[in-house]
Amino acid sequence: MHFDFEKLERILSEHKPGSGSLIAILEDVQDQFRFLPEEALVLISSKIGIPASQVYGVATFYNAFSLIPKGRHVVSVCLGTACHVRGAGDILAHVRRQMNSDSAGTTPDFEFTIEDVRCLGCCSIAPVLKVDDEVYGHTNPDKALGILDGYRGKTDSEA
Amino acid sequence: MKIRSLEDLIAAKNRGLATLYPQRTKIMVGMASCGIASGSRVVMKTLRDETQKIGLDAYISPIGCIGSCYKEPLVDIIQPGKPRLTYANVTPDMAVGIAESLASGRILTEGLFTRIEEDENLVEGTRVRIARGVAGLRTASDPPVVGGGDGPSIDRGGASAVRSGPNDVGGPSSRGVGDSLPRDATSEYTQVPAFDDVPFFKQQKRIVLRNCGIINPDSIDEYVARGGYFTLHKVLKELSPQQVIDEVKASGLRGRGGAGFPTGVKWQLTRNSPGNVKYIICNADEGDPGAYMDRSVLEGDPHSVLEGMTIGAFAVGAHEGYIYVRAEYPLAIEKLQKAIKQAEEYGLLGDDILGSGFSFVVKLSKGAGAFVCGEETALMASIEGRVGEPRPRPPFPAQSGLWGKPTNINNVETWANVPVIIARGGNWYSQIGTEKSKGTKVFSLVGKVNNSGLIEVPMGISLRDIVYSIGGGVTEGGKFKAIQTGGPSGGFIPESLIDLPVDYERLAAAGAIMGSGGMVVMDEKVCMVDMARFFLTFTAAESCGKCAPCRIGTYVMNETLARICEGQGKEGDIEFLQELAETVKTLSLCGLGQTAPNPVLTTIRYFRHEYEAHIRDKKCPAKVCKRKFTLEEIARLKEEAARKKAAKKDEGKSAPGFAAEKSDSAKKGEEKTERGSAAKKAPAGDESTAAKKAEKKDARKDKD
Repeated sequence: MHFDFEKLERILSEHKPGSGSLIAILEDVQDQFRFLPEEALVLISSKIGIPASQVYGVATFYNAFSLIPKGRHVVSVCLGTACHVRGAGDILAHVRRQMNSDSAGTTPDFEFTIEDVRCLGCCSIAPVLKVDDEVYGHTNPDKALGILDGYRGKTDSEA
Repeated sequence: MKIRSLEDLIAAKNRGLATLYPQRTKIMVGMASCGIASGSRVVMKTLRDETQKIGLDAYISPIGCIGSCYKEPLVDIIQPGKPRLTYANVTPDMAVGIAESLASGRILTEGLFTRIEEDENLVEGTRVRIARGVAGLRTASDPPVVGGGDGPSIDRGGASAVRSGPNDVGGPSSRGVGDSLPRDATSEYTQVPAFDDVPFFKQQKRIVLRNCGIINPDSIDEYVARGGYFTLHKVLKELSPQQVIDEVKASGLRGRGGAGFPTGVKWQLTRNSPGNVKYIICNADEGDPGAYMDRSVLEGDPHSVLEGMTIGAFAVGAHEGYIYVRAEYPLAIEKLQKAIKQAEEYGLLGDDILGSGFSFVVKLSKGAGAFVCGEETALMASIEGRVGEPRPRPPFPAQSGLWGKPTNINNVETWANVPVIIARGGNWYSQIGTEKSKGTKVFSLVGKVNNSGLIEVPMGISLRDIVYSIGGGVTEGGKFKAIQTGGPSGGFIPESLIDLPVDYERLAAAGAIMGSGGMVVMDEKVCMVDMARFFLTFTAAESCGKCAPCRIGTYVMNETLARICEGQGKEGDIEFLQELAETVKTLSLCGLGQTAPNPVLTTIRYFRHEYEAHIRDKKCPAKVCKRKFTLEEIARLKEEAARKKAAKKDEGKSAPGFAAEKSDSAKKGEEKTERGSAAKKAPAGDESTAAKKAEKKDARKDKD
């Protein structure tokens, strides 16, 4: 896969050099590339002047980052306490099974990555799931599948 | 446009009042995350389209969440000269109806939830009669008036309402003179329950949530109109840093992030630390599953946090602050960014704030999804761009924190309390709550409870009041079993302790903690062993791995709990869990590990019989846990099934044509199967089902 260095340079130019910007840079890269390519980690390390080992450490420590590509839409099924007692576990299992997602939760067509998240802070309308930045409340296994169907084939801006 | 003087601030206040209580119809839509997830965006759009279509002159404004999330989407209306009316569970169709009714001058009664006659301006200690709008605003120091509106009193409102505490005798129940004002204009709405009469709101005392669901979070002017930034003005112009700290100390405010360390003492430690460079941090990494008060404050009233932080910075001598907010809260981040920008434009953040010479900037630092970063030293490591691992204390952040400098770190809710405490005085605040736990606490009341939402109650209120009076009891008429407080660090409180008053000490004595304020109600359908496992799965996954007791201890506890849930528990497991829990509690480096065993310990303490049922009888009383079988067990079950089959065949041979009477063992098998299908989700202990499954698997293998 061709790596878009220009895109990365643009992200880097928006941040100040120094370790304090590392997480913010990685977040932007994750947003843009849908994962953290190895080339990016190496380049970030040399640009902001911290060892690649530290960049790698941060990249693998936080849940928000992934070293393998994620689907076009990230689906977060909330497994917070309130959602758990209202049956969120079944939603996650059902959606993953029906969508044939792999162990990382990504569907074969790279349309969706179905992850679990511990609390989106919408506990009063549990169980909740989030697709990209949109939160849906009072879901159930079938409703969840219906919501995802609405996203199929849409780009981020259309959705 | 910079605000340099009190006059500038009052001008901003008047601009805010003009949109808070406009002289035309106003429609407000709750647009916090929970509102949006419930469909408020469509409702908002419908209202805009509809009012335009019918040519209704209305001011439409988004607001934050008032707390009654179970009633979302919420739409509020104010017509000139009338009280504020709230519609609940508004659908787009209802929105059309609301717009039409406003245009026609009558009131749609369908879906009306509550009526608000007065807005309490907590910072000033005044009450505004909404029916009279701007004209009805009086301050506590003004003489009571009877009759029509007197506009000019607005200007004095800001100036006179910010007083230092000691002279203020207004107690927690103190009401402004609004009570003496005539209520004639509103008699036609008496059939709609008043805000203070709605069970959900009746026992609440809203200090932190004072502006949530009242103001447009995007409008700094509306925040100022509610007394905002007047306290900062007073602090910078009239008080010394030590006076500010003393006031916070007098209030008895304790950290609302969970641990409950006295805030004033913490500020004093940071102030006393040597050095010119100090930092202020707002911990908005609300990671506890089941808690969302910080999100709601940031989305509904971001300026209260910024003002609190600026006052704190002045007190401890810091000029730079960080807000560490979790990435899972995109809307909160957006509102904060906007608020910071507005405050900078007004000169309420940045250099020479309000012309006082004091400078303070606030930066936003986004989390990246690590629960441990809610721990203060891990949080600071994360801001520095490192792996979020905690470090041993001392040195405490007050001595050596961010970038090795003295740092004062407080939680969102703590910061939001600060402006009110300084405005009304530490004594005023300390009258609310219990002896050792002062003030109010915001809880997210969720789970199997009818009225779920965000509540702010005085410390010392009983759990019974919270669950039944405010929460309206358990959903679907279920039976209350336990309430979980404090998230993964907290514990379960059983029904026998339902009259427990809620404060730091008494929750700790019960084995739970106050925590950040999540309260999850559980009914009989919830398995306590499964819940303990749920939390341990979480803490084991979120343990950063730096210290062994937490890394290995949570893992092994989780593994043991999983075994018990799956029907593979053995005698001695409970004792083993207790022993391990003590080890993890005592030896872990940070709060995550030190509190991770709490869910296990409290469930053993109050629900030991459920553990025993899982271990001895291989049963899950709540019918939640799914039993798993070992290979040996499956082999044994298969053998048994085969034997039964053979016996049946033999029977058939020996008595041909005689099938009406079944053998005893076959009958039993059927009964078991029936029971198994009745409790579909819980075949725990149901051996015949497992045997069948094993047979099926075998058959498939044969085919291959």
